[in-house]
Amino acid sequence: MYPENVSEHFLMSQKKLLNATEIHVALHRLACQLIENHNDFSQTVLIGIQPRGGYLAKRLVGLLQNQYKIKEVQLGLLDITFYRDDFRRSEKPLEANKTAINFVVEDKKVVFIDDVLYTGRSIRSALTAIGDFGRPTEIELLTLVDRRFSRHLPIQPDYRGRQVDAIDGEKVRVCWQEQDGEDAVYLIKE
Amino acid sequence: MSELSVNHLLGIKYITEEDIQLIFETADHFKEVIHRPIKKVPSLRDITIANLFFENSTRTRLSFELAEKRLSADIVNFSAGSSSVKKGESLVDTVNNILSMKVDMVVMRHPNPGAGVFLSKHINASIINAGDGAHEHPTQALLDCYSIRERLGDVAGKKVVIVGDILHSRVALSNIFALQKLGAIVKVCGPKTLMPRYIESLGVTFEPNLIEALNWCDVANMLRVQNERMDISYFPSTREYTQQFGLNKAILDNLGKEIIVMHPGPINRGVEITSDVADSKQAIILDQVQNGLAVRMAVLYLLASKIKRNDN
Repeated sequence: MYPENVSEHFLMSQKKLLNATEIHVALHRLACQLIENHNDFSQTVLIGIQPRGGYLAKRLVGLLQNQYKIKEVQLGLLDITFYRDDFRRSEKPLEANKTAINFVVEDKKVVFIDDVLYTGRSIRSALTAIGDFGRPTEIELLTLVDRRFSRHLPIQPDYRGRQVDAIDGEKVRVCWQEQDGEDAVYLIKE
Repeated sequence: MSELSVNHLLGIKYITEEDIQLIFETADHFKEVIHRPIKKVPSLRDITIANLFFENSTRTRLSFELAEKRLSADIVNFSAGSSSVKKGESLVDTVNNILSMKVDMVVMRHPNPGAGVFLSKHINASIINAGDGAHEHPTQALLDCYSIRERLGDVAGKKVVIVGDILHSRVALSNIFALQKLGAIVKVCGPKTLMPRYIESLGVTFEPNLIEALNWCDVANMLRVQNERMDISYFPSTREYTQQFGLNKAILDNLGKEIIVMHPGPINRGVEITSDVADSKQAIILDQVQNGLAVRMAVLYLLASKIKRNDN
């Protein structure tokens, strides 16, 4: 249909939605919003949703402890693979990741942390999964990128870094310095 | 790699090293799951599993049943003692009758070697061999290797001696295959009468002296003397077996190094190993049981993920 070089460019292009500075500003804002609601974090635990929520969660904990002098922030990692609703439905086999929650979530405020909120299905799975560790008093959701108008379930974030409009077939990819070599958010068209 | 190369677990012989590593990695995750306040995940809630035990079993059956329940599968149990098998029904007929009730997976123990392989050619369900005669007992070998990996970090390069009744033992055969696929070096030790004639063609060496074998090894897997499978006398008396091949605390303490002692259970205390060895720090017998649950959950989960959904 298209000349070869054109089609490559047409079918696979990416646009930078957030650069490093914008991400840092957003992270500071999110950290401050968390402090407003959770004070010294003595009754709050942060849970990074695996695989990619962990990077964001670790960044936020770093900011809270180093920049805002919060003494102790409890951070756990939650893998939702065994709770997903597309087991035996997706083409690719599901790959599990590590879960590490070394504290009690019973009667605590839980904040789920994930990099991109898209259909809401991962968060639905995470809500089921966290119940197996105890009964939190409340659960909030923090996400760096909120893809608008793409939810399959009635789930919305309590803290968001940036709202993004992306259509199905486009991908939002959050890159982190420690994993991918740079801090950036890309919109990838395929 | 994140998918098994097979649709059934019929024996270690039929799977690859990558399959075993994938099962171990998945079992790591399930080991964490079984320590949660609620030890259950919903993955297999639309899967029905039939546990067909044509031969007695306590721990394997319990372990499978618990693993299935921890994955939220529906299960039906069947034991040969109280069934139509006694009325002369054939294996394929029995299983097909059960499958027509829409069962997705079959966990089967059977006294005849090859029963699982035979069944896999005749029925349309995922089959897990829970022991077929003196042939294979793949999940036992997987949990044994998983326990070695957990204790020593890796199975590759480790020296493992399997002591006892190799002739009648499906645990021995599956262990030899699994250990070798993972790069361990295997010796067998026991009365000559209980050694299969061509055992060395499997690439293992035979060591008739227990002390020599223990001095060489990192891990000793002490098999049970299976009196129920011995149709003739393979050794003069239990007492003589114990004197030559029984492991006691004095032998263990005089080795000059720490080895790991394993036993697939049930233990004949005072025959293969004495009570103080079984209860010592070097014995990982109860770890094996716990790991068995995680490994069986991993096998069930990975095989279930390959079953095609039929929404019609």
